[in-house]
Amino acid sequence: MARSKTMDASAKKRRAKETEKKIQRLAERVVAQIKKEANPEVKIPIRALSNVQFNERKRLIELGDREQSREFFNVSMAKKFMQTFLVASAVKEHLLESGKTTSIRDLYYMTKHTIRGSKENTFDDQKESDPVIEDLEVSLDSLREELHLFAAKRGSMVGPMVIVDAGDEIDLSRMGSGGWSIPSITEDYVIQFKKTSAKYILLVEKEAVWHRLNEDKFWRKHSCMLVTGNGQATRGVRRLLQRLAHELKLPLYVLVDNDPWGLYIYSVVKQGSISLAYESMRMAVPDARFIGLRTSDFKKFGLRDDVKIALNKEDEARAKQMLAYPWFAKKQWQKEIKEMLKEKFKMEIEALSNKDISFVTDVYIPQKIKRGDYLV
Amino acid sequence: MSEQVEFTFGGSGGRGARVRPQRKTAAKRSAGKKKRPADEEGGPAPSDSSTGRKGRGSGGGRERRVTAETMAAQQREISVSEFFTKNRHLLGFDNPAKALLTTVKEAVDNSLDACEEAHILPEIVVEIQQVNETRFRVIVEDNGPGIVKAQIPKIFAKLLYGSKFHRLRQSRGQQGIGISAAGLYGQLTTGKPMVITSRTGKGRPAHRIEVQIDTTKNKPKILADDEVAEWHRPHGTRVEIELTGKHRGGRTGVDAYIEQTVVANPHVAVTYRQPKGDEQVYPHASEDLPREPAEIKPHPHGVELGMLMRMLQDARGQKVKGALSTVFSRVSPATAEKVCKAAGVPSSHTATSLTGEQMEALHTALGETKVMAPPSSCVVPIGEELIMAGLRRRYDAEFFEASTRSPSVYRGNPFVVECGLAYGGSLPADEQAEILRFANRVPLQYQPKACAITEGVYATNWKAYTLQQPKGSLPVAPLAVFIHLASVWVPFTSEAKEAVAQYDEIMREIKFALQDCGRKLASKLRARERMESESKRRGLFERYIPELGQSLGAITGRAPKSVEKLFFAALPQFIRVAEIAEAAAAEHAGDDKLAAKKTGKKTGKKKAAKKSTPVKKASRAASAKKGATKKPAAKIKRAPAKKARSKRAPAKKRPRRKG
Ligand SMILES: Nc1ncnc2c1ncn2[C@@H]1O[C@H](COP(=O)(O)OP(=O)(O)O)[C@@H](O)[C@H]1O
Ligand SMILES: [Mg+2]
Repeated sequence: MARSKTMDASAKKRRAKETEKKIQRLAERVVAQIKKEANPEVKIPIRALSNVQFNERKRLIELGDREQSREFFNVSMAKKFMQTFLVASAVKEHLLESGKTTSIRDLYYMTKHTIRGSKENTFDDQKESDPVIEDLEVSLDSLREELHLFAAKRGSMVGPMVIVDAGDEIDLSRMGSGGWSIPSITEDYVIQFKKTSAKYILLVEKEAVWHRLNEDKFWRKHSCMLVTGNGQATRGVRRLLQRLAHELKLPLYVLVDNDPWGLYIYSVVKQGSISLAYESMRMAVPDARFIGLRTSDFKKFGLRDDVKIALNKEDEARAKQMLAYPWFAKKQWQKEIKEMLKEKFKMEIEALSNKDISFVTDVYIPQKIKRGDYLV
Repeated sequence: MSEQVEFTFGGSGGRGARVRPQRKTAAKRSAGKKKRPADEEGGPAPSDSSTGRKGRGSGGGRERRVTAETMAAQQREISVSEFFTKNRHLLGFDNPAKALLTTVKEAVDNSLDACEEAHILPEIVVEIQQVNETRFRVIVEDNGPGIVKAQIPKIFAKLLYGSKFHRLRQSRGQQGIGISAAGLYGQLTTGKPMVITSRTGKGRPAHRIEVQIDTTKNKPKILADDEVAEWHRPHGTRVEIELTGKHRGGRTGVDAYIEQTVVANPHVAVTYRQPKGDEQVYPHASEDLPREPAEIKPHPHGVELGMLMRMLQDARGQKVKGALSTVFSRVSPATAEKVCKAAGVPSSHTATSLTGEQMEALHTALGETKVMAPPSSCVVPIGEELIMAGLRRRYDAEFFEASTRSPSVYRGNPFVVECGLAYGGSLPADEQAEILRFANRVPLQYQPKACAITEGVYATNWKAYTLQQPKGSLPVAPLAVFIHLASVWVPFTSEAKEAVAQYDEIMREIKFALQDCGRKLASKLRARERMESESKRRGLFERYIPELGQSLGAITGRAPKSVEKLFFAALPQFIRVAEIAEAAAAEHAGDDKLAAKKTGKKTGKKKAAKKSTPVKKASRAASAKKGATKKPAAKIKRAPAKKARSKRAPAKKRPRRKG
């Protein structure tokens, strides 16, 4: 991953040109097909559980090589086909050629309009355009950043570290109560790490817990980078975590709620997600350590009964589904999930505050890390 | 006109005179008993059948048989009005509304029967005048052969005087008690006589006769008898009856009767004047009279034991072999010999001397011996073309279908079931299907629940034909179901003759007819659905192509219009409209097929081969039929024209043009 830490304008331009060419090739192929009066098609790698596999050696989820063919002359695909090229042309014309970058929300608005001679919109919801962008990414084999796109940013970080963000030097130990908000693109041409005294990274699922830790200056006391993704970590957060872990060789600890969703958040950070399996390589942190919350913590820390929340049907179904994932096949994970199913309750991290407001800062995390009480 | 026969009238026996022989009773009696039914009867209680079916010349032979005449003599004479009042529910005069309908029905049935027998294309006028709140005058006029003056009083003012009862031949008249009953009802409720005007031919005078029934003697009383100098009809009959009645709409009304009669009788022109002055005119939908039904003898298959016994009794003096071959249709002397052998009955025995056991053996043998199907000449179906023509007269629908089954037999009686469907158009889409029931072209308006026809419609799985059908319900669709049962003897559930009995053979034929029609309709509906989805598909692609032109043009640096053009050029290859239209057209007349073949020839093989690659892909994309590869693109242009044609074009117009 040792890439040049700076990215000059001409290199950026060259990369944009390359992506432009890819888009052009995709379009030319369609034109050639239609000239032969054949049904134009775009090959799109399938982004579903059926087409991902868990690479045991690399310990990450990888996209398989099964492709789906998106045809224009097919009632169920025609619109998506049209949308794919609508997005492609907007990316090429408005972003790549002009060197601008924008959010996927912005792109949605750029490409949304009423189709001539009808009452139908090209897109009705961002939920429609986001997957089309992802489809385009995989079919072009380009990263989102290479399309000059980014998702809405989410997540914060504080800690003993100085970084350069788009040319500005920032001291992450002086970020006040809000912390540094993690941008959508955290590639090395945007973010560079200068110097740090951090010994590990702590990712917490919840912003509220992150606030507690920041207020208690946990990161200063324990010399760590304190990160939150506000729920499911965005690509920017995940890419940043991977770079921190790989480039600076920092161990990553993850603290999530004691429920299937928390486990899922951890697992995505660890080995990637199904829908973004094609990017696992750039994002996964296979060594990420799960410190909790665990079902066994209820007894271990003598928590009160009122922090228990009964598992609902959905939770149970989700947990059972996770039991079948190859990346949770290891004994310790099977045991962990089965225990949750057996005990039939879940807990939020905030349950720890039930003992004392700073229990999580003063006792829980330090003890877990010190004793190496985590799962991998 | 065939001979008109007088029936004896009196006592309870008279009532049955016009109903079908009570075979059940006869069968029950004979079961397991050796004595002949006539011997058993002994007492005064007459069998209905002895008066009816054998009214002509029974009573001979060595047995002490009771004839209708001797019975009448033994019995106390009751007045016809007493008889009528007692039996009005069986005669169709239970209430004022039904009385009005029955009166119209009796008169119209007679007019149509008379016209057809005389080979005259019927033109009838039905008029209902409202005299006061409860009183109506029914006037039915026809262009039939007219009635000989001397017969008029008897026909109209003597109960149970007719020509159709005693013969085994398909006719409408079988269903009614007779026109005189309507006259009597009118007379009893209003005191007014019937007025009959009739002329039997050009150059002959028209007679206008006012008659009443002498209710104590069941004899006509002529009140007036005039020659009419100027009558607008060269031949025909006009019947006027005043009665207490009620004019109501709906399924059981006169309006429905007229409408349905119009459907089942496309060769009849009807003018219908309603009480409020509205006039409906239905011109002929067909210029061809139905074929004249032949009179037949019963068929040996399915004849009931009791009936066989009576037939043998009737064969006075004949040998068994001779009796069998004369009494039954399709039984030659050789076949009769075979039957006797199989039954172990000497073929030279006298028919009337057989024991019950022998008759039973004969009965079994008759059922098992191979005999040709009955001559279908005795049953006259309406025919598929004419059913559709009739439905077209009544319904503004989108699709019409019909199927006529080939003749079949129940209890030795040939019958034909036919079915017609009208679908779509102005028929209500969210209501249960309308069922039109007919027996020998006469609408059955009462007791739908008890009728085999209704049962058949319920029992059909309409979902299989793409229609909605809630469980245990009629289909809910813009649909009218027409079912006609044509038979020499229609088996009714009761003497009121309102519902067809559920004989297995009849149920089966109803089922098959409905299925056949349903399949035909479904294939059209599916074709239309495909058409619609094809045009939707086309619309969808056409909508997105300009968008694609824009995008692909911008990316590749081409003019959007030129990219669009490429897509539009390829579009037809991916639409199956042509193929569908052709499939729909193929169901119609042969000249269409010929045209299609010609077009096929024009587009050379080379061209088809060249196109085959894209077409193949198209067919995969659109999951088209295999045949798609062979369909030349040239046919697409014909599609819309054909669609319009197949929807409307009454195929029956073609034969008419010829003729
Ligand atoms: N409109 C008519 N034109 C000619 N003949 C008629 C007409 N109405 C009745 N008749 C004759 O009178 C007969 C008796 O009629 P009807 O009492 O209705 O009994 P049915 O119709 O059962 O024979 C008919 O069979 C027919 O010969
Ligand atoms: Mg009659």
